[in-house]
Amino acid sequence: MDFLYFLQQLINGLTLGSVYGLIAIGYTMVYGIIGMINFAHGEIYMIGAFISVITFLLLGILGITFVPLEIVIVLLVAMFFTAIYGWTLERIAYRPLRGSFRLAPLISAIGASVFFQNYVQLLQGARTKPLPPLVEGGIALLSRPDFTVQISYLQIFIIVLTIVLMIAFNTFIAKTPLGRAQRACEQDMTMASLLGVDVDRTISLTFVMGAALAAVAGLMVTLYYGVIDFYIGFLAGVKAFTAAVLGGVGSLPGAMLGGILIGLIEAFWSGYFSIEYKDVTVFVILVMVLIFRPSGLLGRPEVEKV
Amino acid sequence: MAVLAVPALSRIDLPSLVKKAGFTAFITFLLALPMVGMQTTDQGAGSLTIHFRFGSVAIGVIVAFVGRLGFGYWRAARADRPVKSVPGVFTRLSAAATDHSRAIGIAGLAFAVTLPFLPYSSGYIVDIGTNVLIYVMLGWGLNVVVGLAGLLDLGYVAFYAVGAYSFGLFAQWFGLTFWEALPIAGVLSASFGIVLGFPVLRLRGDYLAIVTLGFGEIIRIVLTNWSDVTNGPNGINGIPRPSFFGLVFQDPALAPEGTHTFAGFFGLDFQPVHRIWFLYYVILILALITNFFTLRLRKLPVGRAWEALREDEIACRALGINPRNVKLSAFAIGAMLGGFAGSFFATRQGFISPESFTFIESAVILAIVVLGGMGSQLGVVLSATVLVMLPETGRWFTGIPVLENIGDYRMLIFGMAMIGIMIWRPRGLLSHREPSIRLHPKGGYVAAEDVAR
Repeated sequence: MDFLYFLQQLINGLTLGSVYGLIAIGYTMVYGIIGMINFAHGEIYMIGAFISVITFLLLGILGITFVPLEIVIVLLVAMFFTAIYGWTLERIAYRPLRGSFRLAPLISAIGASVFFQNYVQLLQGARTKPLPPLVEGGIALLSRPDFTVQISYLQIFIIVLTIVLMIAFNTFIAKTPLGRAQRACEQDMTMASLLGVDVDRTISLTFVMGAALAAVAGLMVTLYYGVIDFYIGFLAGVKAFTAAVLGGVGSLPGAMLGGILIGLIEAFWSGYFSIEYKDVTVFVILVMVLIFRPSGLLGRPEVEKV
Repeated sequence: MAVLAVPALSRIDLPSLVKKAGFTAFITFLLALPMVGMQTTDQGAGSLTIHFRFGSVAIGVIVAFVGRLGFGYWRAARADRPVKSVPGVFTRLSAAATDHSRAIGIAGLAFAVTLPFLPYSSGYIVDIGTNVLIYVMLGWGLNVVVGLAGLLDLGYVAFYAVGAYSFGLFAQWFGLTFWEALPIAGVLSASFGIVLGFPVLRLRGDYLAIVTLGFGEIIRIVLTNWSDVTNGPNGINGIPRPSFFGLVFQDPALAPEGTHTFAGFFGLDFQPVHRIWFLYYVILILALITNFFTLRLRKLPVGRAWEALREDEIACRALGINPRNVKLSAFAIGAMLGGFAGSFFATRQGFISPESFTFIESAVILAIVVLGGMGSQLGVVLSATVLVMLPETGRWFTGIPVLENIGDYRMLIFGMAMIGIMIWRPRGLLSHREPSIRLHPKGGYVAAEDVAR
């Protein structure tokens, strides 16, 4: 096997995997805490990507051209506004359904997903939105006359930012009162509320954090592919959900691990086999994991209670 | 104190209401600022610019403020009044619809049968009717799975695609006609339902939904990429039209030698509209068979088992019902009905491509079932009609800004309606989630006591 080619695909896969992992955290946190599949989470990520593009254009109009500053501003702005979308989604579409029949939140989430897609399509147009590459160049790691393994600055940025966010996030969940409240709600919501945890607020903040991370993923994809449209949320959402399931729904390290695995599989599949069927592999993994190991790699098996 | 029509303002906490409305307006402002207020527009040569629309943001914020204030006031005013014992409009409406479902059904059937001959009718209207009936049939098919058996299937379009492609391919390769291919398409779709259903049916509700979504997408991607067989994204062209017992719908003057045409056989003048009418009646009959079939199934042990399973799976298992077989039968029958609809779709369009079988289509069918009321046959007809007719109503409002293009807002409205219905009427507008049979029918306790006496 050609080692250099392998290495290049590994780098590409890790980059993709970071993006999927960040989206997957949103799925896994929400599933862990209220046991529902937030089907509209992919749409939240899509909205994050759109807000990133809009902010980039706005900064261009304002005349800010220093790229690192631009990226930091866009990151913060996109996280903020997307988080508000996540909060509103939970407040309107999911909170009134707590205690409804089991499939109600999922149906509502599908409705929200359809709504957001059309909302963005109507407001921003159905055409793809291109953005000129902002970060160019990279480092040649290994080279041979006919092939060079390259890691671009953008890939470094994506991977490093993901690692930083993951560490920050894990610390947050482990150390802060809010993280404690979140873990308490995950274990037993009624008991947590009896002990003085504000359950509504905790769930809201879970959505806010998930949406903010999805916005980061949206920004990364905007920079990485340079083109977005209103439909990107569906496929990315399904892939990230697959990542969450693969890693074990409810487990944060699992979501990241699943994301990276999905990214690697996708990169290697398109690198070595056919690019046409790369999405099929993801769906097949999703189906296989759910059938044979629904608790995922790092999750706890779930027992159905009567 | 006398009951006042308008509650005294002092009893309504106005500052708190204004505060809430202000908060809503502020959130609306933040939501609208990037997405509504700034539109990315193409300026050519692949570069984008921003078109500012702060006026729209302002309108949105004002609407949100006033709306929240009005809603809060209405709620506070209502809280003052004694609790209403009269059920709401929709509850009464759905009760009336359930009580008179037979009469409504007969009236609807009479309307559907005579539609081509009613005054103001035209080929165009009959064509829309055909469209409505395709969705009605899909909705009824999915209703078996979602409404009766309680399994959320997000990949229903896969079976629709299997039906369409099996007819398209059989026609292309073996020259089968619509009527010959229809049973084969049904059997193939049902087998697909069983093959796909077999491994997944022991999964829990929401996981099952996601897996069916995965299957739906896999089938679509395979159809797109397996070009040798399916002709890939270009689809299949020239799918034959159905014939009336061997009589084709063509101009006798243009038809090839030796074919019997409908117009020629009955000695009519050839009119293109005959074929539209004929297609309409074909789908009407298919839909009626579907309806009759599912209504009968409900009364059979398997139908009872579906509904029991929907209500409580663990109890069913304890009573000796095999959940897997029961679910599998629902899946297979739903798939078969979807396959029939798919075959009809193929023959009506004369052309199929994977584009027609995206996830959105599954979501549309699901929306029809959910909005109509899971398990309600009448509700499916109602919501399918609204869904198909909504874009057509735009032409009534030519010149009025938003209503004119109401067709573009169709899925936006349907998405919102799905959320709304889950919040306010989870059983659907016209609900029929009640089990078809009860151990103790209406007022069961009284009846039981009477027997005891």
